Amino acid sequence: MSKEIKRSVPTDSEVILGILNGSKDILEKVYKAYFPMILQLIVMNNGNEDDAKDIFQESVLVLYDKVKSGNFELNSKLKTFIYSVARRLWLKRLSQLSRNAGNVKDFEDVLPVEHDLERHEEKDKQFKQMEKALVHLGEPCKTIIEDFYINNKSMQEICEKFGYTNADNAKNQKYKCLQRLKKIFFQA
Amino acid sequence: MKITEQIEAYLRGEMTEKERAEFEELRANDPLIDQQVVAHQTFIEQLKDYGTRHMLLSEMNAIHETLDIPAIKDEVVPKSFVIRKLWNKYRMNAAVAASVALLAVFGTLTSTGYFSKRNALVSGYNALRREMSKEVDRKIQRSKKELMQNIKAHSMQGPVSPGEFSGTGFALTSSGYIVTNNHVIEGADSIYVQDNNGNSYKARKVYAQPQYDIAVLQITDNNFTSLKSLPYTFKKSTADLGENVYTLGFPRDEFVLGMGYVSSRTGYKGDTVQYQIDIRVNSGNSGSPLLDTKGNVLGIISGKENNVDGASFAVKSKYLIEALEAAPAEVRNDVVINKKNSLLGLSRQDQIRKIQDYVFMVKVY
Repeated sequence: MSKEIKRSVPTDSEVILGILNGSKDILEKVYKAYFPMILQLIVMNNGNEDDAKDIFQESVLVLYDKVKSGNFELNSKLKTFIYSVARRLWLKRLSQLSRNAGNVKDFEDVLPVEHDLERHEEKDKQFKQMEKALVHLGEPCKTIIEDFYINNKSMQEICEKFGYTNADNAKNQKYKCLQRLKKIFFQA
Repeated sequence: MKITEQIEAYLRGEMTEKERAEFEELRANDPLIDQQVVAHQTFIEQLKDYGTRHMLLSEMNAIHETLDIPAIKDEVVPKSFVIRKLWNKYRMNAAVAASVALLAVFGTLTSTGYFSKRNALVSGYNALRREMSKEVDRKIQRSKKELMQNIKAHSMQGPVSPGEFSGTGFALTSSGYIVTNNHVIEGADSIYVQDNNGNSYKARKVYAQPQYDIAVLQITDNNFTSLKSLPYTFKKSTADLGENVYTLGFPRDEFVLGMGYVSSRTGYKGDTVQYQIDIRVNSGNSGSPLLDTKGNVLGIISGKENNVDGASFAVKSKYLIEALEAAPAEVRNDVVINKKNSLLGLSRQDQIRKIQDYVFMVKVY
């Protein structure tokens, strides 16, 4: 029933090293190697391509998080890990939609990944909250905060970009923005 | 603001040695500031997490754009799966719909009495027992009073509640053995026979031969007194075509005479056990004797063909005798076939007058 999926697959240690180095190339390889497997899982179990995309991307996030936190032990195959996470996520999605909340038809071995998913859920919640807070914060604060804290730009660059007369003004603005962001974030 | 800036500078490692030492001392002494440092640090980490995640997602979306999804899908999903998916999705609905349809069909058929009718008519063949309860229902609706009077009038003569079915039977012996069709008494709780004068007697089935549609009853009622000796005999050979015949039966609560002739030596669909008779019979005639002009019993009326005029059927008397020979010993010993015919040479009116005491209405409850 299930077709063998043949593709050029990067080795597991290659992937882990790539993730730790933040390699874009590895992300692409992982995506191309494992997405078809998840597509198969989802489509054969009442889902569509968009569901597959969401579930797969979420699984990759879980993998990245686990590798970066140094918890990933190579006692299981990477493929099995991704599959197990996706499977678990999809089961949860199904039960939320109450579509066939029983079981899914499996194509691969499965690992227990509940612990990883709990952590992921926590992070996911924070992520959504932060996203909401930033949207709520509005421009130009959003860009200032993102540039400074996420893209690691210097105050000088920001000052020029937004046309502040001096760095102090920009700093002042950034401070106000951060205070507001904190307020919004913790209020939610 | 100053504190926040200091915390930030501290966390980003932008302080000089001296500033750093001073700040650390401040932090150690003031738990409030320490708390602020930790809170700020966590928040910034969350912000950074958000950033990396956001970037990862947009990178993945970019990769996703480059993939040929339909091609991958074709590769991993078998074609037949689409149909199976539809089936999986809709099979519950289909099952429910099918059950409802079945229920509706059988419910309608049952409530309209289709099945009970089915039993009576085996394809074109219509067994001629009469269903009484329906008629009585109508009677009740028409006039309750009338029925009450009926009860009063008949209360001295045995049970009044009408049977579910009725047919006809006739005496085999003067001691109270009666023959009728097996389909008349099939599934009976209790059986009563009623003579021409309206007297009911309790009877029981002593023997049945379903394949010839023959049943033998015995009157068990204490009020029953033996009949005079039988006027008719039973013909052992097969009757000739064209022979004039007549029958007496109870399609109503009164005797009805029917006259006709033997039209074929075989019955429904070539059944050699029966004759085909051109005679008018109706429900309730089942079990009536079929007599020739000399007073011999040729057979037992058992049914007629639907939608065909003048095609009635009677079980040949030959098979009645055959059936009796195969009966259990106690029945065989009791039933002695009458050999003396006292009807020969009489006019039909006189024959009927003599026979009428030997023909009974069989009521089945």
